[in-house]
Amino acid sequence: MNDVKIVSLVGGIAIVLVMVELLRRRQLKEKYAVLWLAVALAVAVLAVAPGLLDAVAGRLSVADPVNLLLFVGMLVLLSVCVHLSWECSRLEDETRSLAEEVALLRNQVEQREPPS
Amino acid sequence: MPLPSRVLVVIPAFNEEATLAGVVEEVRAALPSADVLVVDDCSADATRAVALTTAAQVLTLPINLGVGGAMRAGFRYALRYGYDAVLQVDGDGQHDPQDAPRLIAALADADLVIGARFAGTGDYDVRGPRRWAMRLLARTLSRVTGARLTDATSGFRVCNGRTLELFARHYPAEYLGDTVETLVIVARAGLTVAQVPVTMRDRAGGQPSQSPVRAAVYLLRVVLALGLGRLRRYDFAEGVKVPV
Repeated sequence: MNDVKIVSLVGGIAIVLVMVELLRRRQLKEKYAVLWLAVALAVAVLAVAPGLLDAVAGRLSVADPVNLLLFVGMLVLLSVCVHLSWECSRLEDETRSLAEEVALLRNQVEQREPPS
Repeated sequence: MPLPSRVLVVIPAFNEEATLAGVVEEVRAALPSADVLVVDDCSADATRAVALTTAAQVLTLPINLGVGGAMRAGFRYALRYGYDAVLQVDGDGQHDPQDAPRLIAALADADLVIGARFAGTGDYDVRGPRRWAMRLLARTLSRVTGARLTDATSGFRVCNGRTLELFARHYPAEYLGDTVETLVIVARAGLTVAQVPVTMRDRAGGQPSQSPVRAAVYLLRVVLALGLGRLRRYDFAEGVKVPV
């Protein structure tokens, strides 16, 4: 095993361990953890068998396998960002509804001669 | 269309402690039979305390949601307590409640009535991107709604029961969403819009920005608000999924 292999293998395993620990402490929802676990496993697999990347790159006629790796990596990060923006918008909508409900309930509790 | 019998006047208020009490008094004098609701949009000043000294009902938002957010809370209140019209008046005193009865009377022919500044009485010279933005707004919204609209961003407006039910579900909280996008939503739902000329009083502070950069940004936001109004999916069926 050369140094690069060891570094990427250790990296992949570290990500898996961190994810498992976060899940175990209930700091991370399953839906987010699954994605990162998949990424970590992919890193580990590629570390052990770099020939896999070369084979896929060859099949897709990508001259340099590293370019394929960077391209796929960027796609993954982009989709994660979009997903997080989507979740954030959803949360803002939910917060808005809750804020409205709190205001309506507070008005009801304070009972200033309610409208008939 | 029959005229509404129970009108709720909603005053969205963000840091309006100086003017709010006066506005509530004027509204009650102009519309003695209407109820008044002040929506305090998480003000940092004494807006809530001032509102509680008046005869108005008060909604206190725990976080700042902007005018659109405050108004949707008001629409949900109106729906929950069975009002059949909502009149929106700014808390800063720039709208004259004396005009309110004329706005409400115009509900006889429309589902949403906008109180607009007299067309053509601009006391400052509008040029460049801001002028383009205003023209684009006036033209596009007039075409979309089929009514002649000159002052689409006016926050002095009244809507009837059908419109209010739609607004309780879909009232955008984004900048320009509460004025521009709502007009597109109303038109797409097959409801009608009308404009009534009103007089606007001077605001206590703040002039529309004349910087070309800000005007250009404003133009972009207008285009975005119009586009979103056309693109977005809304639920137009009556009587569904209203969290009341």
